[in-house]
Parts: sequence; C-alpha cells; structure tokens
Amino acid sequence: MVELAFWPFVQLLVWGYLTKYLQNNAGGNFPHTITFLIGAVILWDILFRAQQGVAIFFLEDVWTRNLLNIFAAPVRISDYLLSTFVIGFLRAAFTVTLLCILAATLYSFNVTTFNWYIVPFFGHLMIFGWALGMISTALILRWGPAAESLAWAVPFLIQPFAAVFYPVSELPQWLQWIAWTLPCSHIFEGMREVLAHGTLSGHNLLWATLLNAFYLLAAGALFTKVTKIARQRGLLTRFVSQ
Amino acid sequence: MPEAILKVTDLTKVFDEFSAVDHISFEIKAGEILGLLGVNGAGKTTAINMLLGLITPTSGRIDIFGKDLARHRIEVLNRSNFCSTYTSLPGNLYVWQNLRVFGTLYGVKNLNQRIDEVLDLLDMQHLKNSVSGHLSAGEATRLNLCKALLNQPELLLLDEPTASLDPDIADKVRSIIRQYRDDHKATILYTSHNMRDVEEVCDRVVFLHQGKIIYTGTPDEMVNHFEKENLEDVFIQIARSGDVVSAR
Repeated sequence: MVELAFWPFVQLLVWGYLTKYLQNNAGGNFPHTITFLIGAVILWDILFRAQQGVAIFFLEDVWTRNLLNIFAAPVRISDYLLSTFVIGFLRAAFTVTLLCILAATLYSFNVTTFNWYIVPFFGHLMIFGWALGMISTALILRWGPAAESLAWAVPFLIQPFAAVFYPVSELPQWLQWIAWTLPCSHIFEGMREVLAHGTLSGHNLLWATLLNAFYLLAAGALFTKVTKIARQRGLLTRFVSQ
Repeated sequence: MPEAILKVTDLTKVFDEFSAVDHISFEIKAGEILGLLGVNGAGKTTAINMLLGLITPTSGRIDIFGKDLARHRIEVLNRSNFCSTYTSLPGNLYVWQNLRVFGTLYGVKNLNQRIDEVLDLLDMQHLKNSVSGHLSAGEATRLNLCKALLNQPELLLLDEPTASLDPDIADKVRSIIRQYRDDHKATILYTSHNMRDVEEVCDRVVFLHQGKIIYTGTPDEMVNHFEKENLEDVFIQIARSGDVVSAR
C-alpha cells in the first residue's frame, strides 16, 4: 500500500502545491495552463505503475525464491506476460483513481477536463509501461540481481525526454528527435493540448499508436529472446542461487 | 517390463568450457524411485533443471511420457511436478492461497478438495490459514511438498526434499513419498545428501561425479560394489577420491 498509495500521494502534494504557487505568482494565461503539471503527475503514474506491474512482479518471485516454481510450471511465456499486464493494469487503475480523487479534493483539478481523451491516454501510457516493464525484466534476467535497480530506473531514464512536465519544444533540437520516438511524449503533448484548447489533434494519437505497436512487439521479442538465452546459459537457476 | 517414463539419452550441458553434465544416459521405469546422487557440483541440480525445462541441454535428448521434452514442455510439465529445497512459495500469501495459485496453474480439478487432501497428507491442515512467510523451515518444506503433490503428478522430481526437516518429520515425509508412489504408481527422481534417505526410499541409484555417471544399481549393489558398510561410506570414498574410476 505504501508503494501504491503513499509515494504517489506525496508526489501529488509536491507538484500540486508547486502548481498553486506558480498560479499565484504568474501573470497572463500561465496560471490556467500550469494545471497541466497535476495532470502530468497523474498520467505519468499510469505509465510508471504499468511498468512496475511487470518488473516488480518478476522481482517479487526472485525475492521469494519462487521463480523456479513459476518457470517449472506449465506456463507459457505469453501467459506469464499477460498476467503481469493484468497486475500492471490493476496497480495503475488503483493509484490513478486515488490520485484523481485527491487532485479534485485538494486542488480542484477535475480529471473530466480530459474529457473522453482520458481513455486513449490511459491505454497508450499503459501499453508503453508494459513495454518498458518487459525491457526492464529482460535486462534484469540477462544481467542478474546486480541489475535489479533497473526495475525502478528505466522509467526515469526516459522521463527527461518524455515531455512530461514541459513541452517537447523546450528540449534542444537533438533531444526533440529522441522525444518524438517515445509514444508517451505524444501523449503528454496531447494532454497539454486538451488542457489548453479542449481538443486533440489526431497526429499525436496516430504517432503514439504506431510507436506503441513497435515498442510492444520489440519488447515482447526481446523478452522472449532473453528467456531463451537464460535457459541456454542457466541464468534462471543461477539467478535464484545468487 | 514397465515402460520408461523418463528417458535421458546422451545428455550434456556445457557452460562456457565447463561440462556440468557430460553425456549421461539413464531411464526411470513407471513406479520406480531413482536416486540421483553425487557430491556438490556433480551435476545433479543441472540435470534436474534440464528435466524441468529450466535449462536447455547443449546436446542429448530428454523423453518424458514418451514425448520429447523440448517439443512438448507444457504437456509434460502438466503431468509432472517438483519440489526443491532451494525454492519457496511467496511468504506474503496464506498457505491456502499459495496452493490455490499453483493448483490453478496446474489446472487441478476440484481444487478446494485437493488442497485439503494434500494438507491432510502432509499434516498441515492446521496451518491452512497461516501466512506462508511465518512458517518454520520444516513447515515451509512440507508446503513445497504439498504444492508438488497438488496435481497428482505421474513424475515427481524431488531435489533434497528432506534437507531442512527434523528426523521425525523427515521420516514421515519419506513414508509419504513411498506411499504416494504405491498409491499413484508414480515415478520419482530423488536427490539427497542424506544417504539414509536414499537407502530407505530409492529402488535404484545413479551416481554422478564431475558430470558423468560412475555407477548405476540398487543401493545394496552399490554398497557391495565398493566393498563398504553402507551408502554413506561409499559416498565419502567417492567424494574424497581423486580418481573415481580406480575406486571401482
């Protein structure tokens, strides 16, 4: 519960009060548009919880020495991944619901401002989170317990380029190219567009869809490949005995 | 002549340039308990992990229930199960929850009834609503065994199942394993460093040393072959002998 409720709540408090401070001390239209910071905190958590659902699910089996029981059971890789996706979905749904209620109560930030666009936002961030979770898990499986911190680090490695708290245009040109290769950048740009104008242009969703399809397939292929390597090199069992 | 439930042919596993398992071949007949013995690092656990599909062999073939494990892994694992002293079940779940999860993974029918049966069998019924992480080492091992028996496996792989049990419980577990074999005509592969376990439970033993099979026979035949008092003396001789072949 600490992981699912406490830390997201603390983050919301920090960004929520920062938003209030900026609203009270800035001129022009800025006080209105700055509310996207609260929306960004909520949407970022969808991606983060989905990624954690996959990566931490794997690590929990490592920590409890249950990994071999799972991989020696009649479970296909696809079944295993599907179950981690469900865990990721449940984690994200719980935390985001909580954050939406708190944001409405504390900062009068109403998630319905996103209108129905919240559905594709949620879906795309969830899918990219799953892809990042598979990549994190594959790297941990390949490099062993020493790489466990990647379960938390991978989302934050991409956060500076994901345009979560600022537009892509604020990045140097060469970083903008990196940002546009991430589906979540298109979603966060779309979020700011919805909050500013109430509409969403189709190209952001289209790019997010194409990129997500690529990342999901690539991450699935990577996970399958690494699992095969792990069986060949005995990494699954060495993992448990380390 | 009973059919071979498990047949290993020329199985080899090389890690980098180290041969953990070196061209071993053996089979286990239906209803037989085979002991896989060897000192630490002899290749027992690597062999068992290959039988579970956790490690891919470098070469050789594993047939279980007459099917190639490499091609029918899920089908074979549905009819098998394993218990290892090196694994445990998630400590944050209740005992019944853990058994429910694995019963579902193995597609056990009438799961609630089966959970009660295995808990009764391992004398664990009073711990059904306990948190798994609060169990003693012996209780946790018995919970592992409950999981291993849930799907009434035709092939049971037991990796040092009595390692952390006190003598009384270890004796009960040995009885349960033999009883399970008799009742279900199950085939069991058993590894242990406790030679009393092996003498009491196993019909036949395969002794591994440096990845190779150096002896196959009944425990009594092995004791006679090495001209020792008991299996423990044989084990010690092999463990301390530089050249095992000359010890034969």
